[in-house]
Amino acid sequence: MIKHETIEKNISLMVLLIVIVISGGGLAEIVPLFFQKETTVPVQGLRVLTPVELEGRDIYIREGCNVCHTQQIRPFRAETERYGHYSVAGEFVYDHPFLWGSKRTGPDLARVGGRYSDDWHRAHLYNPRDVVPESVMPSYPWLFSNKLTGEDTANKMLALRAVGVPFTDEAIANAEADVKGKTEIEALVAYLQQLGTVMSNRR
Amino acid sequence: MTSFWSMWISVITLAVIFGCLILVMRTRKSEVYKETTTETMHHAFDGIEELDNPLPRWWFNMFLITIVFGLVYLFLYPGLGNYKGYLNWTSYNQWEEEMAHAEEHYKPVFAKFAGLSVEEIATNDNARLMGQRMFNNNCALCHGQGGAGAYGFPNLSDSDWLYGGDGATIKASITNGRSGAMPGWGAVIGEDGVRNVTSYVMSISGQAADATAAAQGKTTYQAMCVACHGVDGTGNKLLGAPNLTDDVWLYGSTFEKVAHTIRQGRAGVMPAHGALLSDDKIHLISGYVYSLSN
Repeated sequence: MIKHETIEKNISLMVLLIVIVISGGGLAEIVPLFFQKETTVPVQGLRVLTPVELEGRDIYIREGCNVCHTQQIRPFRAETERYGHYSVAGEFVYDHPFLWGSKRTGPDLARVGGRYSDDWHRAHLYNPRDVVPESVMPSYPWLFSNKLTGEDTANKMLALRAVGVPFTDEAIANAEADVKGKTEIEALVAYLQQLGTVMSNRR
Repeated sequence: MTSFWSMWISVITLAVIFGCLILVMRTRKSEVYKETTTETMHHAFDGIEELDNPLPRWWFNMFLITIVFGLVYLFLYPGLGNYKGYLNWTSYNQWEEEMAHAEEHYKPVFAKFAGLSVEEIATNDNARLMGQRMFNNNCALCHGQGGAGAYGFPNLSDSDWLYGGDGATIKASITNGRSGAMPGWGAVIGEDGVRNVTSYVMSISGQAADATAAAQGKTTYQAMCVACHGVDGTGNKLLGAPNLTDDVWLYGSTFEKVAHTIRQGRAGVMPAHGALLSDDKIHLISGYVYSLSN
């Protein structure tokens, strides 16, 4: 029987035992997910983002949208009535990193694509109170003047391809030309308008 | 899930639980020692020593309770690989039950109003209130509370309609959406042309305008704009071309705003809700929208 004192005074042994103890949960809960059809095979019709949408996604991350908006509809009626079909794992196969978020100061955005017009998104991002008087969302006026250069877009796509997002060579080759000169608002709205459109149901 | 991963999960989960149980049983002291002991942990810091007392009985029991809870939970609910659990519970089943329950509860409520026309819903207090709730949840983000509209988003509470304000047309607009398609004329008629046509449009809507420019603009208007907005500028509801002779302006009535519209064009979009909302809901929302101006 190992004595308490032996472990306490032998840091390497303690580290080893701690690793064994905490890896139990990860081995049972996380590792199998890398080998499940549900989590590794995209849902039917899922497409990769266009270069402009990809830049929009990075703006979404930069502005911290995921801090106040989730992108995950749980299978409760209260949520599916408001947001649409519950999210399934296969929708996020190309998402690196996931933008599920953890808290809703604003509404869930998992299926915001197509629900509002481009004009609405532009008006809303310029000053949310213009269209939703009680909104507490910040304004993002700089998105309208900042232009994208597209110089990093191809590299971002290559990096994502390395982790399994099937961008075509053609898309990567044209990425800079597609993105260059677009305003940030165009990219962000393009990203928002495709969110969750791969699945739908009538509420 | 393949049986390999099912086994993998089950074995690790149970090994961890029983490992905890063994650890708790093997290291407990309450049977060996009395409630208290003078035995120390053999280390001292500034002369302060730590006694090696057994865990209090209630604390030890709580460890056992968590282990029993874990095992009961894994028996009732899915947790061990492919084992579905005694209760056969899944989050999807639970969701479907919720939906079935709601369907049973709300179907008769909607059925009551399904036979009414859009115009009749507008005069039925219950139906109109239901429509209002759903309007506030789905439509008010663009059209505002009470349908008051905003810059670029039509006011639904006045009697001016782009595509028509009868019940059937309102319902069609909600179900299929609308796409405004006013082309930009800046490149075609040039900046002078834009300013002249703007003057003409200002003049037919009863606003102050330069008469000479308006006269020149009229010629351009007759050539370029009549197809949609009509000879007299009263618009065309089939195309959603607005009436230019009244004082309702979706994108502003000042000279600069009107000129901008002519120069750049406008493409307001009402998203189609037929794929998002059920017919019953669209029916009630249509009735509420109809009631706003009638």
